Amino acid sequence: MSYRPQTTLWLAQRVSAAVLGLCVPVHLATIVYAVRGGLSAEEIFARTRGNHAWLAFYAIFVLAAAVHAPIGLRTIALEWLGWRGRSRDAVLTFFSLFIVWMGLRAAIAVFG
Amino acid sequence: MSVLDVKVWRGGAEGAFQAFEVPRHASQTVLDVVIHIQRALDPTLAYRYACRVGMCGSCAMTVNGAPRWTCRTHVDKVASRGKLEISPLRNLPIVRDLVTDMREFFDKWSRAKGQFSGTRTRGDDFAQVPPAGEKRKAADAGIECIGCGVCYAACDVVTWNRDYLGPAALNRAWTLVSDERDVATLERLRAVSGDAGCHACHTHMSCTQRCPKQLSPTAAIAGLKRAVASAAIEGDL
Repeated sequence: MSYRPQTTLWLAQRVSAAVLGLCVPVHLATIVYAVRGGLSAEEIFARTRGNHAWLAFYAIFVLAAAVHAPIGLRTIALEWLGWRGRSRDAVLTFFSLFIVWMGLRAAIAVFG
Repeated sequence: MSVLDVKVWRGGAEGAFQAFEVPRHASQTVLDVVIHIQRALDPTLAYRYACRVGMCGSCAMTVNGAPRWTCRTHVDKVASRGKLEISPLRNLPIVRDLVTDMREFFDKWSRAKGQFSGTRTRGDDFAQVPPAGEKRKAADAGIECIGCGVCYAACDVVTWNRDYLGPAALNRAWTLVSDERDVATLERLRAVSGDAGCHACHTHMSCTQRCPKQLSPTAAIAGLKRAVASAAIEGDL
């Protein structure tokens, strides 16, 4: 991989970090709010079912995480394991798609 | 007269520390200690120095675990309880004893396009670069590097990623990107981008903490990241 895609990855990680910087506090605050006085499936579904704003927020959250985490792991793989090249990038691309699949599946499940 | 307990690295990568007792003097530097060992105790000790006054950048060694310029490091400042442990700089191949092979260090300056590229000839007038200009100030902030390799030895990213250009080469590149007379900025930004370049820096700031000239390669690398990002967004990279 040449310097251009590497630079793009770096930019993507910085931009996704900025998105996560907003999403994570909202997510944590939502958890604290949701569990006050106990947690029930009915209460959660009442909040999430058919809530488009909620779905949009978590879709963005999932996509930002799917961009951010594999790029960080890519550097860790190089620095800690000496793992570089196509095999590493292929595995991490799969990992990114896995995050998208798992995350969106969960978000859509409580929306619909 | 008190005595210093000094342990000095002998041999190559597979070497070991050898103990010496060196007389303690007022205002003694670590380089004075090494010179005393070589002249009075063991003439086979290999080490490197030239100017003795902090200009040439050739006497850097690891002193009690930290990279330092030995000619301007007073024993008072570093020898806790009269003990000194002196070894070659980290992150560079050892030639023998305290001498490292600095080829990769300087080759990386070249890979980072650390050479000035201008357009003026001797027939042209001097370039006017106002000292108060922002770019001039950025170049001035990093220009006093003496190439001692202390930052390179202090950097963990160099240890983990052998291709990483390192703080000194990137600092040099930033002084040239900030040089209004230079015309090779884009080529240089390409050379310092990506996994082996400025984007590998984790901003640990070990280079900035250890630089004997009190430069901040970390700030230079941050400048390169900004310049590369701007060029990438504008589609120039």
